[in-house]
Amino acid sequence: MSDETVTGTHRIELDEPKCVAAGQCVMVAPEVFDQRDEDGVAVVLDETPAAELLDDVREAVAVCPAAALRLVAL
Amino acid sequence: MTDTTLTDTGRTPDVVDYPTPRDPRCPFAQPANVLATTEADQMARARIWDGSTPWLVTKYADQHALLTDPRLSIDERREGYPHMTRGRSVSAQHTPRLITNTDAPEHTQLRRVVNLPFTVKRVEAMRPRLQELVDGLLDEMLAGPRPVDLVQAFALPVPTIVITEMLGMDYGNREDFQHASHVLVSHDATPEESAAAGAVLGGHVAAAMEAKMAEPADDVMSELAARVKAGEMTMRGALSMSTAILIAGHETSASMISLGTLALLQNPDQLEYFRSIVDDPKAVAAAVEELLRYLSIVHTGVRRIANEDIQVGADVIRKDEGLVLDVAAANWDPAQFPEPDRLDLTRSARSHHAFGYGAHQCLGQTLARVELQVAFRALVSRVPDLRLAIPAEDVDFAYEGVAYGLHSLPVTW
Repeated sequence: MSDETVTGTHRIELDEPKCVAAGQCVMVAPEVFDQRDEDGVAVVLDETPAAELLDDVREAVAVCPAAALRLVAL
Repeated sequence: MTDTTLTDTGRTPDVVDYPTPRDPRCPFAQPANVLATTEADQMARARIWDGSTPWLVTKYADQHALLTDPRLSIDERREGYPHMTRGRSVSAQHTPRLITNTDAPEHTQLRRVVNLPFTVKRVEAMRPRLQELVDGLLDEMLAGPRPVDLVQAFALPVPTIVITEMLGMDYGNREDFQHASHVLVSHDATPEESAAAGAVLGGHVAAAMEAKMAEPADDVMSELAARVKAGEMTMRGALSMSTAILIAGHETSASMISLGTLALLQNPDQLEYFRSIVDDPKAVAAAVEELLRYLSIVHTGVRRIANEDIQVGADVIRKDEGLVLDVAAANWDPAQFPEPDRLDLTRSARSHHAFGYGAHQCLGQTLARVELQVAFRALVSRVPDLRLAIPAEDVDFAYEGVAYGLHSLPVTW
């Protein structure tokens, strides 16, 4: 495994009550986000995504219409 | 927060007549007086149909912040709410509580109830059916006479078939759906015309809902009927929601397909680029985002009212003042999208506000995206020598609605 694929430099925080289930995060970063079957609310599949996924995650955070996502450096 | 913490320069804001007609030489652009406000030091105000002057928010950064600000409300029953039309101001007072007129937390609950059919997984599962439908319409068009009106042959049938199938309504009633929807989103319609159109649509929706209550099928109206039976939703709410999905689901996508085709035909290098990427789903998706940004068909803004005083740059929005947030102008704010008047399908446009932004962002946006990806991909690859059948300056634009579009688009190949 190369340095680029080491995980755990950032953690995703989802403020679930704010989520409006628009699914934007799933469209941008399907490896990291999903939607619950019962109401479409976002699910974080990988809370500390690998470095090569961080650009997509940053975009998902930026386009989240409910501002329910944060990416924090560990 | 008290007034003393806010700083207001006390200047008189510029007032822009809103909406201002577009310059016919720049049919895809908001008028110059509106676009200029994206680069002004302070916010302008919009003079709307009733003479009132709500704030006009056109800078991308201001919009992005305000549309997620819980100090703004979408409660259209409030005094001072800047309605789009006289008709809307009348109907707003007796519209049931819906995702379109409620704030969090009520809105969040309502949205989660209607959201399921529009999740990414469910919409992606529709892609094969969409492909089949688009191919069928193109087969028919290519076998028929030339020239043809692309609006009637392709742009309108695609989303109308999709939304009627999804809801479980009868496509045979499409002329009623299309006509009534057009009236209901038109700024020119009188309250009487809107009421009559609403009654026609309401009749079809109520009949369909009755059928789904008796005999559920695998469609959205049956799901809503089940929610009514389970006591999770009122019948009135289920009917209003079905009607809203039907209206929002076809005219907007139809406009995007016809305007997008025109924009590609007028930018041959971009059309050529699109042809070169049809087998790359990520590039197709990005191209569609740029078409959404560039065209920004919702051209008369989204509306809100302030719950308290809010500082925006050097301005203070006062409690109970209205706001018009012009998403089309923000999508052409050069601070966010350099050279905004250039259609560049390779640009990173995904952060656009074409579907709005914030908790009220378009419910059907994933469906719209997939429809547009499938439709444009098929059109550019299957009709390689597609071209306008009339001079570009004769194309008949339709600016009277909440979203602009084309009355017709004569094409040949």
